[in-house]
Amino acid sequence: MIVMKRLSSLLLLALLFLSLATPVAALIEFQNEAEEKRFQALAEELRCLVCQNQSLADSDASLAGDLRLEVLEQMRSGKSDQEVIDFLVSRYGNFVRYRPPVEPSTWALWFGPFVVFLLGGFAVVRTIQRRAQLSDEDPDQV
Amino acid sequence: MKRRLMVALPLIVFASIAIFLAIGLGKDPSIIPSPLIGKPAPEYELPRLFEPSEMISGDSLKGQPYLLNVWASWCTTCRYEHPVVTRLAEQNLIPVIGLNYKDERNEAMRWLEFYGDPYTAHVVDTVGGVGIDFGVYKVPESFLIDANGIIRFKQTGAITDEVLDKQLRPLINQLLAEAQG
Repeated sequence: MIVMKRLSSLLLLALLFLSLATPVAALIEFQNEAEEKRFQALAEELRCLVCQNQSLADSDASLAGDLRLEVLEQMRSGKSDQEVIDFLVSRYGNFVRYRPPVEPSTWALWFGPFVVFLLGGFAVVRTIQRRAQLSDEDPDQV
Repeated sequence: MKRRLMVALPLIVFASIAIFLAIGLGKDPSIIPSPLIGKPAPEYELPRLFEPSEMISGDSLKGQPYLLNVWASWCTTCRYEHPVVTRLAEQNLIPVIGLNYKDERNEAMRWLEFYGDPYTAHVVDTVGGVGIDFGVYKVPESFLIDANGIIRFKQTGAITDEVLDKQLRPLINQLLAEAQG
């Protein structure tokens, strides 16, 4: 019983700490909800360069904070989403985009899976055809 | 013949995967190629570290190749890189300009006092705005800028002895020859 009580208080404590972990973007004061939504969507599209598997929206890295402010500033100065993305790409390269553009250097990335899929499909069709032929000739051989 | 090919197929697939993985092993995924190479260095005008009332701009450095070395007192890799930068600076081939990045002025000066200051000059980017323009994300970083203000080489992370001897110095000599001719 005591163990149960201890456990539940521990759990409560853990929940308390969870509630302290507010998302980093919450530190920014947005002018309105539309701005917040637009900023969030944009920051999700951009990769943090320091911790590469996090988006700009999620990262705690100091550079990510600077870049978030830069993005917000540019948004407020009237730049379009594409202009903000172009600004970062011109400095950090396409790596900052979670969705790389379709261009010769990324063809393998975009179309490779389909090529593999087609090759696999071709192999399957060929095998089935061959087996069908075999079974036509001699039903016992399959 | 066909049968033999079928037997060899898994081996071929395995070998090609292994080759790709082996190539991947030799690469550092945190190094992102800079889009700025071959392009004009972003313009900047920043106060000097020791003489904050004086400004240095990218324009004022044109006419000769120079190395812009991004460093900070909080950056541990910079300590490791410092002897190599010192070795380059002491050869007086080209100016070595320190870009003190997102640092405290006093801390930066103390750091230089302790480890030595072989640099030609230092400029200070407290907020990191010029750092963003240069695409800095992994201090230390170094940019080799030619006499026309074009970025010709970037080292992300510390310049090692090997990078200095095999890549940087040959390129510096080339840029010096270009500037002369």
